[in-house]
Formats: sequence, structure tokens, C-alpha cells
Amino acid sequence: MKILVCISNVPDTTTKITFTNDNTEFNTSGVQYIVNPYDEIALSRAIELTEGGKGTVTVINVGEAGNDPTIRKALAIGADDAVRVNAAPRDAYFVAKQIAEYAKDKDFNIILTGRESIDYNGNQVAAMVGEFLDIPSVSIIKKLDVDGDTATIEREIEGGKEVLTVSGKFIASCAEGVAEPKIPNMRGIMSARTKPLAVVDAVAIEEVTKVTKYETPAPRGTVKLIPADQTEQLISLLHSEAKVI
Amino acid sequence: MSVLVYVEQAEGKFKKSVFEAVSYAKAIADQQSTNLTAISIGDVTDSELKELGKYGASKVLNVSTDQLKTFVNQAYASVIAAAAEKEGADIVVLSNSFSGKGLAPRIAVKLKAGLADGAVELPSTDGKFSVKKTAFSGKAFAITELTSANKVIALNPNAFGVKENATDAAIEAFTADVKQSDLGTVIKEIVRATDKVSLPDAELVVSAGRGLKGPENWGMIEELAALLGAATACSKPVSDADWRPHSEHVGQTGIAISPNLYIAIGISGAIQHLAGVSSSKVIVVINKDPEAPFFKVADYGIVGDAFEVVPKLIEALKAHKA
Repeated sequence: MKILVCISNVPDTTTKITFTNDNTEFNTSGVQYIVNPYDEIALSRAIELTEGGKGTVTVINVGEAGNDPTIRKALAIGADDAVRVNAAPRDAYFVAKQIAEYAKDKDFNIILTGRESIDYNGNQVAAMVGEFLDIPSVSIIKKLDVDGDTATIEREIEGGKEVLTVSGKFIASCAEGVAEPKIPNMRGIMSARTKPLAVVDAVAIEEVTKVTKYETPAPRGTVKLIPADQTEQLISLLHSEAKVI
Repeated sequence: MSVLVYVEQAEGKFKKSVFEAVSYAKAIADQQSTNLTAISIGDVTDSELKELGKYGASKVLNVSTDQLKTFVNQAYASVIAAAAEKEGADIVVLSNSFSGKGLAPRIAVKLKAGLADGAVELPSTDGKFSVKKTAFSGKAFAITELTSANKVIALNPNAFGVKENATDAAIEAFTADVKQSDLGTVIKEIVRATDKVSLPDAELVVSAGRGLKGPENWGMIEELAALLGAATACSKPVSDADWRPHSEHVGQTGIAISPNLYIAIGISGAIQHLAGVSSSKVIVVINKDPEAPFFKVADYGIVGDAFEVVPKLIEALKAHKA
């Protein structure tokens, strides 16, 4: 079984988000980058599914050379090899096209991504890759089991869950529950230095979106504190002032 | 040129988030001086389809075949893209629901369209077609210009509201070719917790954290939520400890939500948690630590022990409802 895991290089979750150049660019100064947490879940499940010589895991990232430490982290977690498509990731459409172009003749049985990246919060890449490759895609999955050529997947839906099966090649985006993120051990960190990291060129594709400006949420007013023994006052304020109940 | 909105049904019914998507799509159609067509897939009665007219859909395409009785991402995307082409729709709107998140990207690729998902406002009208969308898990917004001829927008729940706009909706049967290869996933089982409010589109959310000390203490949280008609949620440490299911975890690495009211009980307000809930319209924080960072973003706060405050809050709410 050959599994491809798409990983994104994102700012650490504790990053304070600021912008430069009249709010047109993300301020990368002092920002620590990590493997997108949901992608780590996808990678962890891929490693579990291939453990014991049952297959291989390749990670792919679309990005410039500065992403290599993040890719090495994925190799340290346990991926067998890695590919970086050498281009700044413009948007999900661009990234998905690059991944699809790489994967189209490589015979991967399963492609996994995280449910979304924590920077642009798109849930787009998995389903777009699915469409570019004309294979089934299942978004925001909670559970993934594979038996031969058939995968059984649990997917979250509003107010419940859906259990479905898919046979043959597919792509899925993983949410919490699919696997516990693995922490690299010293052996993994050492071996990651020598695992293959191929760099391939990007293909040209038309631009469909561009971020022209960023905004930060308006600051909230100061909190109105209510004495702990006057909960009826809170109910009254929520009803008459905030008008939410 | 026209606007097409996909109306997702669950067991033959449309939810509030669908009427919200139709209201939003109608506002875009008005901006563009064009008409709004809706497309529904699955078994829905004509009277339910007619409801879409209330919010501005002048035509409703209805696709009902055995193949498409249950949601299949690939096949539904094919049908919606075919409808967009038939209607000459260059803007497709859908709700940024769990299914919408899987559908919108496929439709975008089929139509070679830019996609703005997590949209929170109407597109700009300054000549460029730009959509404000959430980014960095609610820590910021990205103004995203859709530069392609076709455009797809997935609207965040509770971002626009439901707006009535009475139109007489004409219902038309619609068929589109579905390839066998579009039916690669097969649904075996759907389990709905019918007594619970769904978290992503809930208007009111009651959430609790480690301050509750253990899963056995969630009874009062559920009671408060039930009284309000709210969904329940939790912080990451709580779902990590398996006190509550992962599906209830809200925050940067859980579900980002924007309800009208978010009540956070015994949650200190780590930056990752705030990122996923800070776009809630009104935030109430109950915490015994007056220095908890959550108080800095709250509208209303009570400094006190959850085990004393929440039962009193339940009593006060019962008295208010009576």
C-alpha cells in the first residue's frame, strides 16, 4: 500500500497574527513554523496503516526551501520519503493542482490531508485533488480503516456521523480521532536527516484567487462583570441588552 | 449570468443554514442585477422546495433519482456544476457545512472557479469581486479576490442571517448525467443524534473546560444547554482526556464557531481556544480565576466557582422562562 500525505507548513498555534505593508502581507518575523496539526494526524494514521512492512508513506509539500525543516519533521515522525514542489503556495487551487500533477502517475492507493490548514482554514485541497485526479474524496473524516482494496470511513455530519465505504483509490481529509499525533523519537530524528527529499518543479496554472488585504477582528469592549450570586441579572442582560436569549 | 445556490437537505428538510445561504445568494443576485436559482438534490417535497421562494429563489431545480438519494460528494458536485452551466450561473453559493466543505472545492475545479470558503460578508461592489473570509482560525480575516470568471462561495453559518424576500419559486425537475465513477463512495449508515443541536450551525453554545474537573460533572452543562436550546462544546484538554467527544472540541484545532451566544464555563481562554470562538457575537465567561485571559474578550463575566454559579444560572433561567 502506497500512501501520500500532503503536509502544510503553518505558523505555530500560539502565534500572534500580525500583518505588514498596509495589512497586505502576513508578518513572518519571529514566527515559528510547524507541520499543520491536522496533517500530523493524517501522517500518523498513514504510518499506522503501513507499519510492519505493509506499505510506504510519502509526504508532499508545496513550498519553497524554507519549508524543509518542517518536511524533515514529518520524516522524523516516520514518513519514508518526501517531495517538495518548489513554489510558493499561492492558494488551495494551485497547491491541489501541484499535488495532483505529482500523484497522477505514481500509483498511490490512498492520499491523505488534514481537514484544514490552521492558517487559511481552507478545507479545499483534498476535494480539489480528488477532482483533478477524478477519484473519490471524503472530507473531514473521523475514522479510517483499510481492508484490502476497501476502506471504511466515518465522516462527521451536522448532528451525527456517516459511515461509508470506498473501493480503489481515494483521498480523504483527516480530523481529530483518526489517529493520535506521533512524537518523533531520537532514532526518527536521526534517520530523517538521510531520508530522501526530492524537489520537483511546479506546473503552470491560472490564478483564480488572490488575497489583497488582511483585517484583524475589531477589539471587543471591556467585560461587564456580574456578581456570582446575581445570575438572574446575567439572564436579564442576555435577554434585554444583548438580545440573544 | 445568474447565481446558483445549492440547498442541502437532511431527511427531506432544509435547515436554517440553508435559508441563510439562500438569503445571502439572493443578496448577491441583487448586487449583480440577476436572478437566483436554487438546486436541491434528493427527496424533498414540493411544499418544502417552495419554502426557498420565501428567501428569494425564483427557480428551484429539483434532482431526485435513486442514485442520488444519499450524499455522494463527487456525484453531487457533477450535478451542481452541470446545473450552473445550464443556468449560465457564474456564481455558485453554498453553505460551509460539513458536506459543503467537501463539495465546494470539487465544484470550483469543475468550473475552473476561485473559491472563497468561510465567507462572512457579501462580496465587495468596488469593481473587484472580493470576499471577506475567516483566516488564521478567527484571529484574522483575508479579503480574497476571486479573479476567475466563475466563482464559488461557501458561507459560514450565522454570518449573514436569514432574510425573507418573498418570491414565487417555480419548481423544475432537473437531470444531469452521473457517471458510474462518480459513485465511488457508498454510505452504509447515518447516525443522527436527533435530540442534540448541531454545533457548527448552533446559534447558542454552552461550552466547558477543565474547570469542570471530570466528565461526571457535565450534567449541569447539558441541563443549561437544553434549557437554552444550545449545543454543547468543550475545550481541547477536555476532548484530549476523553471527557467529551472530539466532535465537541471548539478552537483552532477543533471546530471554529460563530454563534450568537457562547457561554464558556471553566475555560481559561488559551490563544488556540479563543481563535476558534472569538467571532461569537456575545461571549459570557464563568471562571473562578479573575485573571483568566478569557475575561479580556468576554462581553459578560462572572468570577466564581462553576459548581456554585451554574446551578444558580439554571434556576435563574427557569424563572425567566416561567
